[in-house]
Amino acid sequence: MPPFQDDPLRPLKGFAMKRVSLVFALAVAAGLSTQPAAAQTLKTVKDRGMVSCGVSQGLPGFSAPDDKGNWTGLDVDVCRAVAAAIFNDPTKVKFVPLSAKDRFTALQSGEIDVLSRNTTWTLSRDTSLGANFTGVTYYDGQGFLVKKSLKVNSALELNSASVCVQTGTTTEQNLADYFKGNNMKYEVIAFATADETVKAYESGRCDVYTTDVSGLYAERLKLANPADHAVLPEVISKEPLGPMVRHGDDQWFDLVKWVLFAMVDAEELGVTQKNVDDMAKSDKPELKRAFGTDGNLGEQLGLTKDWVIRIVKAVGNYGESFDRNVGAGSKLGIARGLNQLWNKGGIQYAPPIR
Amino acid sequence: MTIEPRPPPLQFVARLRHALGGRAGWGGFVLQILFVAALVWIGYEIVANARANLESQRITSGFGFLSNTAGFDVSQNLIPYSGSDTYTRVFLVGLLNTLLVAIIGIFFATVIGFLVGLGRLSPNWLLSRISGGYVELVRNLPVLFQILFWYLAVLGVLPNPRQSISLFGRFFLSNRGLVIPKPLAAAGLEPFGLAILVAIVVAWLLRVYARRALFESGRLITVWPYTVGLLIGLPSLAALVFGAPVTFEVPELKGFNFFGGSRVIPEFVALTLALSIYTAAFIAEIVRAGIQSVHQGQMEAGASLGLTRGSTLRLIVVPQALRVILPPLTNQYLNLTKNSSLAVAIGYPDLFSVFAGTTLSQTGQAIEIIAITMGVYLLISLVTSAIMSFYGWRIGRSLRA
Repeated sequence: MPPFQDDPLRPLKGFAMKRVSLVFALAVAAGLSTQPAAAQTLKTVKDRGMVSCGVSQGLPGFSAPDDKGNWTGLDVDVCRAVAAAIFNDPTKVKFVPLSAKDRFTALQSGEIDVLSRNTTWTLSRDTSLGANFTGVTYYDGQGFLVKKSLKVNSALELNSASVCVQTGTTTEQNLADYFKGNNMKYEVIAFATADETVKAYESGRCDVYTTDVSGLYAERLKLANPADHAVLPEVISKEPLGPMVRHGDDQWFDLVKWVLFAMVDAEELGVTQKNVDDMAKSDKPELKRAFGTDGNLGEQLGLTKDWVIRIVKAVGNYGESFDRNVGAGSKLGIARGLNQLWNKGGIQYAPPIR
Repeated sequence: MTIEPRPPPLQFVARLRHALGGRAGWGGFVLQILFVAALVWIGYEIVANARANLESQRITSGFGFLSNTAGFDVSQNLIPYSGSDTYTRVFLVGLLNTLLVAIIGIFFATVIGFLVGLGRLSPNWLLSRISGGYVELVRNLPVLFQILFWYLAVLGVLPNPRQSISLFGRFFLSNRGLVIPKPLAAAGLEPFGLAILVAIVVAWLLRVYARRALFESGRLITVWPYTVGLLIGLPSLAALVFGAPVTFEVPELKGFNFFGGSRVIPEFVALTLALSIYTAAFIAEIVRAGIQSVHQGQMEAGASLGLTRGSTLRLIVVPQALRVILPPLTNQYLNLTKNSSLAVAIGYPDLFSVFAGTTLSQTGQAIEIIAITMGVYLLISLVTSAIMSFYGWRIGRSLRA
């Protein structure tokens, strides 16, 4: 029988069946996308032999693959430090590149164990997403990148500008707040990935590119003529960036949290990748506690006694990682600023290992 | 020995048995019940499991987020929208943007597709080869690639607003899109609208009169010059008497961008263009197949009646071909609508981009948002196919009559 011949209601009759299959498909998706509630992440990771780590799709200085496919960056070092602490091998990490809008779903669904992807710590993300921030790896703020040829010196001169932004970020909301607060009009063009966003900015679709200041410096390196673009002086928001883990597994939460603290404490104690073996022989009580020659602090975390030595040998202390990836020793050349240790004029501060 | 005919089973029961169990009868009915029960049970288990897991991880669930403030802006909104509106409003803005692309895309895809499909069958060698080339080139390239091509390679090279291409100092084309004067209602709007309405009604009455004359007495009356005259003349007269129906707000370049006027953003143009051109290639093939399915004799019969090729196609061949064309054409309309979600690659704020993208990552409520989005695409598709089925049913009826 040829279709549509004599019954205008045919498609509606099919509707009931289709609706049933829709509900079914949705339910399958929902049921499979959540992990078993009793989360034993450390055990899962040990059984797997790998830490699964969510990173960006390529942000120089924070997480980016080099030409051989090795991931480097400040965010990457956090995951490598976790792997070093567990396996004594910083290469036992599986890096999962994620777009800004997919990152939380990947963490919630258990695809990754740690999300270390220049993610801003906010109240709603810390609560309703079902995840916790474990600390702050980089104190950042949002800024604007413009072409020098526009002769703009301040963000307050951006009335009526077109702004390119990556979707699914706090950036998008800060932008709306800033322009509204200053009674300025603007047009927002939101793209799914950082690469598409930067490409649209470079092609002239937008006057301004906005993201965290560190990101602006990093993305500027990818432009054809980095010197033609300037970062405006205004920093319009607080963006404390840090790693995230799922709710419901306190042991794993503590472990990831203290791996980062250990890196910061190591810098404060003066322990570096080079001198770590010598320092391990020291008699100083705080060093003996950190290195596990006195007490069993590492074992309380589910790790070995020499966990700090493993971490520092693998990625260095926080300051070394910072310099190598985003600071003076890198192409980005960002000053320590707020990210200096608390006793050197910054606000990086870690509780003591004791 | 006589053979007693068995009494026929009760008609009602037999029908019911067939309706419920098909050929397998009551046994089939029981099987179906069991199957549906199993499906429902599996579905329930999965939903309950998901809910328990979400609760144990303390991930917010439910639809309460829809009334929260969105806090981000959208580049194209057909209804008033600002960052202080709710996620429900964002959903509507995205939905309207999707529908806009779908409707305009379907219109152009149909027009281009029919022209190319007919062109391919044209006796003109050049025209048929160009049409054939179009189909082969366009349908064999990935649609995402085509969208990016139009966006980056064609529209991306337009100059910046300060060097925009200006038409009569009123229309401005730049890499920010096409800025046109915005019509604002003026005093003459009401009589103008009334005049158009009257012109349409009179034109329609004229057509009815001409058809009746043709069918009843065989007189061929040419009405189109009167129709055109009416449609243009009457509103113009109204505008002359009562003043202009609208005034135009001319866009003006200030700082970075144009103020005033209406704007068509390049993301919209690139997406609509790419989807129309891509889908048109498939529609062209469908149209060609439909027309070729009509017997050659129909064409010859039309020619022997003295009809031109165009009239034969329009009055005899295409109406018969439509029966074959409609079902696959519906598929293409649905494809176009669904392909519009590729908008996310070029920053066009469609439903998928602003709702299943930005809203999802701001709220983290993947299950609810994906469910809503799936439901909406399903609904749009079902409505489209219902409309097409209704149209097909009407054609089928009139052809049989």
